[in-house]
Amino acid sequence: MNQDTLTLTPQQLIRKRAAGEPVEPGAPPQIHQRIINVLLENSMGALIRVVNMFSARGFNLDSVAVGVTDDPTISRLCIVTSGNERVISQILRQLNRLVDTIQVDDVTGADFVERELCIIKVRCRGAKRAEVLQVNEIFRGRVVDVTPDVLALEIVGPTRKVDAFVNLMRPHGIDEIARSGRVAMQRAPQPEHGPEHD
Amino acid sequence: MPSASTAAAVADTPQRLRGKAAVQQYIGKKMSGAEIFLHALEAEDARVVFGHPGGAVIHVYDEMARVQPNFKHVLVRHEQGGTHAAEGYAKATGEVGTVLVTSGPGATNTVTGIADAFMDSVPIVVFTGQVPLPLIGNDAFQETDTLGVTRSITKHNYLVRAPEDIPRIVHEAYHLARTGRPGPVVVDLPKDVLMAEGVFRFNEAIRMRGYSVPHECDEVRLRRAVRMIESSQRPLLYVGGGVINANACEALTEFARHMNIPVTTSLHGLGAFPEDDPLSLGMLGMHGMWWANQAVQHADLIIAVGARFDDRVTGMVDRWAPHAAIIHIEIDKSCISKNIYADLAFNADARAVLEELRPLVRPRKVKRWLNKIRDWRKECPLSYADDGELRPQFVLERLRAKTGGNAVAITDVGQNQMWAAQYLKFTQPRSHITSGGLGTMGFSLPAALGAGLGLRAYGIDKTVISINGDGGFMMNAQELAVAAAHGVPLKVVIMNNNFLGMVRQWQELFHENRFSHTDLTDTNPDFVQLARASRCAAFRAERPDQVEDVIDQAWAVDDRPAVMEFRVVKEEMVFPMVPAGKSSDEMITSRHAPETFV
Ligand SMILES: Cc1ncc(C[n+]2csc(CCOP(=O)(O)OP(=O)(O)O)c2C)c(N)n1
Ligand SMILES: [Mg+2]
Repeated sequence: MNQDTLTLTPQQLIRKRAAGEPVEPGAPPQIHQRIINVLLENSMGALIRVVNMFSARGFNLDSVAVGVTDDPTISRLCIVTSGNERVISQILRQLNRLVDTIQVDDVTGADFVERELCIIKVRCRGAKRAEVLQVNEIFRGRVVDVTPDVLALEIVGPTRKVDAFVNLMRPHGIDEIARSGRVAMQRAPQPEHGPEHD
Repeated sequence: MPSASTAAAVADTPQRLRGKAAVQQYIGKKMSGAEIFLHALEAEDARVVFGHPGGAVIHVYDEMARVQPNFKHVLVRHEQGGTHAAEGYAKATGEVGTVLVTSGPGATNTVTGIADAFMDSVPIVVFTGQVPLPLIGNDAFQETDTLGVTRSITKHNYLVRAPEDIPRIVHEAYHLARTGRPGPVVVDLPKDVLMAEGVFRFNEAIRMRGYSVPHECDEVRLRRAVRMIESSQRPLLYVGGGVINANACEALTEFARHMNIPVTTSLHGLGAFPEDDPLSLGMLGMHGMWWANQAVQHADLIIAVGARFDDRVTGMVDRWAPHAAIIHIEIDKSCISKNIYADLAFNADARAVLEELRPLVRPRKVKRWLNKIRDWRKECPLSYADDGELRPQFVLERLRAKTGGNAVAITDVGQNQMWAAQYLKFTQPRSHITSGGLGTMGFSLPAALGAGLGLRAYGIDKTVISINGDGGFMMNAQELAVAAAHGVPLKVVIMNNNFLGMVRQWQELFHENRFSHTDLTDTNPDFVQLARASRCAAFRAERPDQVEDVIDQAWAVDDRPAVMEFRVVKEEMVFPMVPAGKSSDEMITSRHAPETFV
């Protein structure tokens, strides 16, 4: 490897950099997580085609969230994936290549709002229960179901907030967990003072 | 993004204008879904349908007998043959090929041909019967999830849910197959939809908001291209099948000659640029010309047109063309910077870009570069032994002499394919057809059948030659009888080396001569008898001095296929060769010099 790097031509260096492949020997691969929004014909076949394309081409698919838009013939996908520059550009192009995709946007670099919803059942009674409820309070979660042994909590926020919450619940014993996957939306461009970011 | 202009442009293609005239009398009439389907095909000006009946499409065949549509139906003997025939039809004529099969096994038999068309950008539409809508998902008799099975090998696929939808979906299918980067489209037709009644309407416009044909060819890009070309000392054009698909061969030839830039082509690019032109370097890649690969490795600019940097072209991709900046002109954006980063890309129609670019660039003065290439040519020319044995290269040279290049050669897969690519010296677009991307043995014979019928349907008088190995010929030999039944005067060559020759070559070079299951000596049929039993003329040559005679006899047959078996040397190898995964610098040029030849 070392030798190869030393003998790279300028053109080979350009290619490696463009692909996001490490140029220095031993450097870690430059893998980034990306959030991609897709507007899609609202049909079962269209959704399967997108998911199938990820598996057929060996791309990562960390999460997908799907829902219909205000136009009932169009659904919107929020895809979380990862890869180096070359892989991401391939993913975007392969998505665009599908006949059913109407629009593909990589929102990662842009200013965007991102949310994930999580419902979590935590096993707790007595003093433990107060502790759980306190954490829930701090995270602005909601209690959606209660039994003597179990609390079901709903938490909404950016994925890292959901992750943090789940980690705090773990010691109490998580009975069941359901996460929606991320949804994201680019912010409208704000003149001067925009709203606070979370 | 959706573009308004596509809709308008589509409605007036010559095919549609002819089609509309043909179906005028049926517009607005009530009829069965099956009949609507037949008229929808007429509306696309489909001239030949390669099909095979079965329960799910029996109503279509019934209406065919009753309505007598204006296209010719050709009953193939295996649905795989049908898809390859449609590919041959499409590649030879530039029109969309059509296939009609039944559900279940009929549909699954088409899968190889669909995958082949997907890899090689061949416009075909495959209509598959399906069980009635209410039965779908019930494991009904001859039910297969055809949409699921073909999803990743089609440009798009459809399930039709109502007879009235048929004209729109058929129209979209042909439009998708033909435009942009061409490819296969599957339309699944449930039996109850074909039986139900509906009104036939002529679909006037395409409305697909997710599909449009790109045209990224602006001032800025053009100016950058001019700068890159004018500052290069060692420019090279690398041309693929996309140039032929875009009907851009003339534009390319003018471009190269005007600018004095040498041209090398991929396997599918053969014929896009005349090989007798002094600027032609022939094919590059695994079994390409040694000098063409040398040119790649030394070029400082590669203009890739309608090509996708396949691994059979690049070998080890990290070491391919290490000094070359890349300009990539390509209609499929996903091919750009996929394997090799493009410093400048035109995601657009090849002809449009070449025509816009040509007047902007001054001719290149690259005498030293061209001289260098001339020297490489002398250093390592193509050669084979002239020792009285019958060798395939000799046969190909005699065939070339017979046709003067004015024929369509359709090759199978293996050594025969590579020798044909090396020795037939193509000078015309659409004169070379092969299975490159998928490498499907059994492609040639049915594809030749389709090409022959396609050329006939468009009134083009050209000899069609099918070149086969003894292994691959057996994979779709059943279509010989079909070619005979339709009086297609194919010239069918079997290069019989009594071996799965290409595998044998790898076994000799990389597996210490362990010829595991590749020797066919005792298992091949008598090809001459097989051909005669299929109502074809058949001839055999075992020595070089018989070749001329056999070719002349075969060419004298004009009412059915003529099969020529050439008993060639089994040990013959295809050289030069870049071993799989090696760099283009590391070509093996003979079995005695496996060390790197630089
Ligand atoms: C359907 C299919 N099966 C297997 C292969 C692998 N394969 C590639 S070339 C080849 C040998 C072909 O032998 P033959 O048709 O006699 O041609 P030759 O190489 O001898 O000219 C094989 C088995 C293939 N390409 N296609
Ligand atoms: Mg053979």
